[in-house]
Amino acid sequence: MGQHVLLIEDEPNIAEAIGFILSRDGWQVTHLSTGTGAAATAQRITPDLIILDHMLPDLSGLEVLAALRGDPSTAATPVLMLTARGQSRDREAAARAGADSFMAKPFANAEILAEVRALAGRAPVARG
Amino acid sequence: MPFNLLVLACITYVILLFLVAFLVESRARRGRLGWLRSPLVYTLSLSIYCTAWTFYGAVGYAARSGLEYLTIYFGPTLVFIGWWWVLRKLVRIGRQHRVTSIADLISARFGKSNLLGVIVTLMAVVATTPYIALQLQSVVLSFGVFAEHAPDGSAPLGADPTAIWVAAGLALFTILFGTRNLDAKEQHHGIVTAIAVEAVVKLFALIAVGIFVVWGLAGGVSGMMQRIDASAITGWAMNPGRWTGLILLAGVAVICLPRMFHVLVVENYDEGHLARASWAFPAYLMLMSLFIVPIAVMGMERLPAGSNPDMFVLTLPLTEGQGALAMLAFLGGFSSATSMVIVEAIALATMVSNHIVLPVWLRLRPAGAISEDVRAVVLNARRVSIGVVLAMGYGYYHVSGGSAALASIGLIAFAGVAQFLPAMIGGIFWRGATRVGAIAGLIVGFAVWAYALFLPSFGPDAVFPAGLLADGPAGIGWLRPQALFGSDGMDPLIHALFWSLFLNGTAFFLGSVVTFPGPVERLQGAAFVNVFEGPLRPRGLGGGHVEPEALLVMAQHILGDEAAQTLFEEAARAQGKRQSILPDPTPAFVSDLEQRLSGSVGAATAHAMIANVTGQGTVTVDDLMTVARESAQLMEYSAQLENQREELARTATALREANDKLTQLSVQKDAFLSQISHELRTPMTSIRAFSEILAEGDLPPAMVARSGRIIQDESRRLTRLLDDLLDLSVLESGKVQLTLGLANLREMIDRSIQAAEQVKPETRFVILRDLAAESLFLRTDADRLTQVFINLISNARKYCDAPQPEIRIAVKMKAGRVRIDIADNGSGIPKDAQGLIFEKFGRLPGEMRAKGAGLGLAICREIVANLGGTIAYLPGQGGAAFRIVLPLRLEAKAA
Repeated sequence: MGQHVLLIEDEPNIAEAIGFILSRDGWQVTHLSTGTGAAATAQRITPDLIILDHMLPDLSGLEVLAALRGDPSTAATPVLMLTARGQSRDREAAARAGADSFMAKPFANAEILAEVRALAGRAPVARG
Repeated sequence: MPFNLLVLACITYVILLFLVAFLVESRARRGRLGWLRSPLVYTLSLSIYCTAWTFYGAVGYAARSGLEYLTIYFGPTLVFIGWWWVLRKLVRIGRQHRVTSIADLISARFGKSNLLGVIVTLMAVVATTPYIALQLQSVVLSFGVFAEHAPDGSAPLGADPTAIWVAAGLALFTILFGTRNLDAKEQHHGIVTAIAVEAVVKLFALIAVGIFVVWGLAGGVSGMMQRIDASAITGWAMNPGRWTGLILLAGVAVICLPRMFHVLVVENYDEGHLARASWAFPAYLMLMSLFIVPIAVMGMERLPAGSNPDMFVLTLPLTEGQGALAMLAFLGGFSSATSMVIVEAIALATMVSNHIVLPVWLRLRPAGAISEDVRAVVLNARRVSIGVVLAMGYGYYHVSGGSAALASIGLIAFAGVAQFLPAMIGGIFWRGATRVGAIAGLIVGFAVWAYALFLPSFGPDAVFPAGLLADGPAGIGWLRPQALFGSDGMDPLIHALFWSLFLNGTAFFLGSVVTFPGPVERLQGAAFVNVFEGPLRPRGLGGGHVEPEALLVMAQHILGDEAAQTLFEEAARAQGKRQSILPDPTPAFVSDLEQRLSGSVGAATAHAMIANVTGQGTVTVDDLMTVARESAQLMEYSAQLENQREELARTATALREANDKLTQLSVQKDAFLSQISHELRTPMTSIRAFSEILAEGDLPPAMVARSGRIIQDESRRLTRLLDDLLDLSVLESGKVQLTLGLANLREMIDRSIQAAEQVKPETRFVILRDLAAESLFLRTDADRLTQVFINLISNARKYCDAPQPEIRIAVKMKAGRVRIDIADNGSGIPKDAQGLIFEKFGRLPGEMRAKGAGLGLAICREIVANLGGTIAYLPGQGGAAFRIVLPLRLEAKAA
């Protein structure tokens, strides 16, 4: 399919696992381990989907999300948020900030793949 | 003249006096005394100085001793003119301190000592009871003269019933008008006015007799003068010593006699009246003395030899057939006697009831049972006291049987009451005078008076055996009653007066000098001596007449405008006033108001304020003390309230703090759980993802190996995290088991450096140490301390970003503690994060972020705390630096 996923995740092993799963499924994966510059990168590469960790070392995932939603080129890009805290409060906060989906760690590989496929497929204006 | 007519005249006269007293009393109650409060009435009331003894006796005195009788008038004259300022001070003190009697004055001055009150009261009773008897005797004698037409004036037989009737009648009158009400100030307008009437009657009577004698019998002034020159009176030699003594005695008596003190000070309505009296009273005395000599001379000439000269005033008109004039003279004498007895009885009864009966009554009552009306008790005590005083007077008269001893009792009484002088005058002019001095002076003076004058006056073998009088007790010559200390040849009266006053004054002075006054004494002393330094109290209209506006203003301040207005309007309506909202300040209204006010500000304060506004008396020390007590109670109460309020505030603060703490703890717990969740889920995510990848199979071998290694690493991370959490939980709970023992610090550091080499093993660190300083033994838990060192050195290895990384370890001993600094030469920890690093999961943000869970330093802190030491970040060392301070010897905690 050759679609492009931007993965923003600070834990190297998790990033490697997600990268492996998606690559094997035919996605092109760009990985960033910090929040700083993530929005700029997204605007530059205009990914079809963004996977965003909730807890980054420098910025919080919500801050990055706000930056993404604030820019026209990424305002409509589907965003899947990951969190290791898994509290409903985080889920609500993510939804309010404009996340399209939300997934708690740990997850099944099939789950995240299905979610990515669903989000990317339901993105009619993804490259509008 | 028929006896019955005489009785009728007496009764009519007495009824007249009753009427006068009654009318004045009722006017006083309505607050309309008007001219009855004039200085004239005050001056006339002072004339009770002239008793029957003066009225009848002066003539007898002149007939027996020539002009010496004048001393009795000179003394008071000198005092009223020359000692006016002393009287004024007495009156001012009397008004300011609401003095009720001379006993009250002396007792109040010397610290409200009731002992002094009792002493003065007893002395006054002893000294003046015979004097009352003298008055009864004179009435009886005069009755006798009339009834039996005994021109010789000898005491008639069967006089006792007359004396009883007179005493009983006087008691009735005194009780009726002397105890009608109980003012704060003992003022009896009715009685004072009745006495003023009597003063006029006796003066008029004496002058009438005098005029009759001079112009009716002697044929004019010149004829009278010739007879006087021819009489024996001019032949009397004047004894200067005795004259001086008598003048002094009379002068002292005029202020010390209880009845004189009563009219002079207690009944004084306006200090200004005294100024008038200072010349009017001597003028009255002069008029009274004017015709004494003519009557005496004419009596001696016209009446048969052996006639009682004491009765010349009566017997002269009688023998000359002037029935009406004799009746007038009789009424004059009757007036003199009755007015003296009435006032004396009131004065003595006030003392007896205030200083003896009431204190005893109060002491006999069960404590805390003063519920009945004390006023009633006081009034009854006073009534009983009046009865007792008159009964004693009668008893004395009866026992002495109208003996000649009575004739001289007037001067003896004078000398007795003169003993009050040192304490009284000393008290109002000398602040150093003390209670002990006053008691000593009074007792010594009174004892000497009784021993040298009073008891011998009953005659030889009456009280003292004749031998004692002649040779002294047990033959001690210098103790002879009438020649003390070998002072032979003195006139007995002057002898007694001299020694009693001299020893009295000496005892008073010495007693005062050697003792120190108590606090109340000092206060009272200052108040009495400096009475003129206090501000003059504003006087209402017409003396004590109160301005209702002033009362209203004051009430408004206390009760509030509206309540005060309502109170006054209601009172005005109740008084039947249609036009004004201000009621008349009747005593009833004023006392109602005081009661209302006392509900707000306390009784003492209310009383003081009312007294201030009405100008009736002033605030006494007692008042002030009660005010202070009440204020203290109020202050205590409000302090209690304030304390309670503060306590509530403290409790509220404590609760709020506890609540904040709980909220904070709850937030911390949430944050902690959230952190733990994150720290657990993160490795689990990697483990699960790679294990699923492995499970799917079909992988290149390198990927299988890599997946396996990641799973292994993350599993170790999980284990480490759980270990740390458990460790921290144990350390924080304080239930950690320490294994204490002696351990070499250098060995511990060696081991730690070695262990920490696992971190970044590829980087070469320079370790700077002072091995000599490290060579010491600590009594501690070596494993735990090593754990701390490993943690700190590992952190240094992990985070030191210097190109040539160094770790410095410095050890120093100080006062039983050892200080270990571990520092690197990296960029250190940012200032704003320094406070955070010892918290759980307090990892640094950004690139400095640790790979661990962020529990390491928290565990270090807990370990060091458990080892009895501290750990702190040491800023300004050029890199990250930590300082551990530990005790050299850690003692095991008490089980």
